[in-house]
Amino acid sequence: MTMRLIRNLFKPNMQRNSAVLAKERLQIIVSHERSQRSQRADFLPALQKELIDVIAKYVHIDAEQVKVALRQRDEFSSVLELNITLPEQNKENTTVAEEEFV
Amino acid sequence: MAKIIVVTSGKGGVGKTTTSAAFGTGLALRGHKTVIVDFDVGLRNLDLIMGCERRVVYDLVNVVNQEATVTQAMIKDKRVPNLYILPASQTRDKDALTKEGVERVLKELSQQFDYIICDSPAGIERGAQLAMYFADSAIVVTNPEVSSVRDSDRILGILASKSKRAEQGDTPIEEHLLVTRYSPERVERGEMLSLQDVQDILRVKLLGVIPESKSVLQASNAGVPVIMNDKSEAGIAYADVVARFLGEKRPHRFTQHKRKGLLQRLFKTRDEEEAAL
Ligand SMILES: Nc1ncnc2c1ncn2[C@@H]1O[C@H](COP(=O)(O)OP(=O)(O)O)[C@@H](O)[C@H]1O
Ligand SMILES: [Mg+2]
Repeated sequence: MTMRLIRNLFKPNMQRNSAVLAKERLQIIVSHERSQRSQRADFLPALQKELIDVIAKYVHIDAEQVKVALRQRDEFSSVLELNITLPEQNKENTTVAEEEFV
Repeated sequence: MAKIIVVTSGKGGVGKTTTSAAFGTGLALRGHKTVIVDFDVGLRNLDLIMGCERRVVYDLVNVVNQEATVTQAMIKDKRVPNLYILPASQTRDKDALTKEGVERVLKELSQQFDYIICDSPAGIERGAQLAMYFADSAIVVTNPEVSSVRDSDRILGILASKSKRAEQGDTPIEEHLLVTRYSPERVERGEMLSLQDVQDILRVKLLGVIPESKSVLQASNAGVPVIMNDKSEAGIAYADVVARFLGEKRPHRFTQHKRKGLLQRLFKTRDEEEAAL
């Protein structure tokens, strides 16, 4: 009885910080996971444009000849596919870069 | 044309089925023709919560596979007019549902109902994605607890990228946050994330707060959706949620701890201590 009385008196102060800690940890992990998610889709147009610019330095190329696609392979990873058609040699050059986007 | 509403969360055991049953019943009580579809293939439970487990003949997988019609598989609620349940199957085959099959069933239901409530399974994989794929609106059920909040955020990401609306560039799925199993007393003691904390992190409009309440277990014991108990705080809170969803303005209730006097605090009973744990 006395023990419980003392515990009830002091308990509130001892645990005050755990919700604050939870919030801080969540804010960090959630913003990290969000930025990873948005990267997945958002960087594709920029990547495509930069690729075209780089290739255009060496060969004549139209924008439609560079194709970039991100395919979900399974729950944990995606495949980045670059498909670049070089007109001079009239041959197709496909590069498949695999990257983990966890 | 029906409005399709998915009740989802990522994490299991947070109150999706409790919410689907209460929310769907609430819409029907307001006169809207409503069907609640259990998407938790392999772990059928909505039937128990709704108290119609002994009336299941056919299920969602049968309908998807065209072994039964929706009319044959749906169970009409005996208490509330306008309310129907489409139970999940108990098959172990996780791939029993196909996107095309689900689309066909939802289209057919759309012609007869005002609201279709999809009770999602836990997880972020196929089953959960199928339950949300055709949704117009989502109720994201979250407990004030780190893993539930994080999973809700992941679900919000999937709603925004892998739904039919997202893939077709339509207006995005309407997102509603429902915080359940909330204990204002524990929040006040600094042991539980507050409503504000959860909203700060998820940044989704709050549809409602359901307090932690013993009446939820009592309701599931009896097979009566908790919203039918208008003496219970959880039941009242769910009725508010339905009203808000339908556009009424209602203040949030049961979010503040009813302060006890110092003496009552000191002489807290063992029961109360345990309930608070
Ligand atoms: N507001 C609440 N208060 C107390 N218990 C709740 C509340 N909401 C849900 N529960 C309980 O939590 C458990 C999981 O609920 P359920 O609706 O089956 O979750 P899910 O469908 O997300 O797995 C059940 O035992 C249920 O009675
Ligand atoms: Mg469930």
